[in-house]
Amino acid sequence: MNFTNFGKYLLLLKAVFRRPEKFRIYLKAIFKQMDFIGVGSLGLIAITFIGAVMTLQIAFQLVSDLIPKTIIGSVNRDSTILELSPTISAIVLAGKIGSAISSEIGTMRVSEQIDALEIMGINSPGYLIMPKIIAGITMVPLLVIVSMFLSISGGYLGGTLSGAVTPSEYIQGITTDFNPYTITVSLVKAFVFGFIITSVPAYEGFYVKGGALEVAQASTRAVVVSCISILACDYIVTQLLL
Amino acid sequence: MIEIKDINKSFGENHVLKGISGKFEAGVTNLIIGGSGSGKTTLLKCMIGLHQPEEGSVQYDGREFTTMNFEERIEIRKEIGMLFQGSALFDSMTVEENIMFPLNMFTEQSTKEKLERVNFCLERVNLEGKNKLFPAELSGGMKKRVGIARAIAMNPKYLFVDEPNSGLDPKTSIVIDELIKELTEEYNTTTIVVTHDMNSVMGIGDYILFLHEGKKFWEGSNKEIAHTDIQELNDFVFASRFMKAAKGKF
Repeated sequence: MNFTNFGKYLLLLKAVFRRPEKFRIYLKAIFKQMDFIGVGSLGLIAITFIGAVMTLQIAFQLVSDLIPKTIIGSVNRDSTILELSPTISAIVLAGKIGSAISSEIGTMRVSEQIDALEIMGINSPGYLIMPKIIAGITMVPLLVIVSMFLSISGGYLGGTLSGAVTPSEYIQGITTDFNPYTITVSLVKAFVFGFIITSVPAYEGFYVKGGALEVAQASTRAVVVSCISILACDYIVTQLLL
Repeated sequence: MIEIKDINKSFGENHVLKGISGKFEAGVTNLIIGGSGSGKTTLLKCMIGLHQPEEGSVQYDGREFTTMNFEERIEIRKEIGMLFQGSALFDSMTVEENIMFPLNMFTEQSTKEKLERVNFCLERVNLEGKNKLFPAELSGGMKKRVGIARAIAMNPKYLFVDEPNSGLDPKTSIVIDELIKELTEEYNTTTIVVTHDMNSVMGIGDYILFLHEGKKFWEGSNKEIAHTDIQELNDFVFASRFMKAAKGKF
């Protein structure tokens, strides 16, 4: 995103958060988007059993009699909570949700449906984008919580089934020296990523010009820009909060 | 009534509209005609605020539109109905939901009242009972009629129609044209139709504004259009073999 695009993005966000014409209609749209982003992505989050892989890799790297095996659990826990769950989930969700948002809004733009909203006197950025952003910033943190649980559970299963760690060592590892602040950091990241995943693709779709090819290009651009923004914001949030 | 004065609009180096003025009265069908690239749709978009003209004014019953802020424009737009070239129906909504959409947004009517209004609008465009169909299940002509039904749902004072007959067979085109004329006269709306279809021009053109290369070349009625000495207008009007053959019979 160059500076002109960033300026246009900020102006679009300003229009997004204008007062809704009718709050009840917006609320309905927010619930619909929550269902799409939250419930609709549960399956995708469930299969990101990154914790199992992490456990095996940590066990592979910590081959020393001086290091207790409980470390495997605690390293997996902290890595999952602080980095893997929010970031990997956000990148996976950017692919699914980002492309869907961008192509939906882009198609509405090229088929004049957005013009139709404007002519009716409706604030089209507000009506189309605000419910998606609110759904994103509320549902992505919830999905990340599910992802954390599944990832740490996956670590338990992967570690014990492969014999890399015993159940008691793993449980001891994930319960020892737990710092609840890591959850706060993770949820702040999820909130920021939820905003990026919904607002960046909405911007790309909203300003599409042309036809089907341009909508497809905008969709690709939306996912790429979202992923880069997620990684950049991941560093910034980590730097600020840790 | 809508009055435009000295409208100028450019896209980069391309000066699309060059000082266009005109007066569109209520209760008559006003047509903006011209060849492809003459600036018809750009003029329409300037009038409804989808494009901002560099110079000139657009007045809705004396209310200056071009200098209005967002909130003031919203109020005017609530009085506008528009049929788009591609109908612009919301894909994810049924016919009923499409027509009910502006009512849901801007009225406090009960569901029963809104449904009655939807059914009235559908009846008005001869599409009774098609409430539950999705736009993908409709023919081109039906989509246009649903578009008209949605445009009149809020009883608009101003009705804009962009290329109503594009992609339609001649018979359906006449049905759409007559529907627009009937609605205009019945509700005394200020109707502006952008078209290059000569059937529409001769059939419903009470007031016609002819654009050529971004300039206003001529204005008048469908009774006068075939009797001018303006070369550019005659080239446009009598471009088809049918119109050439019919020349002199108007």
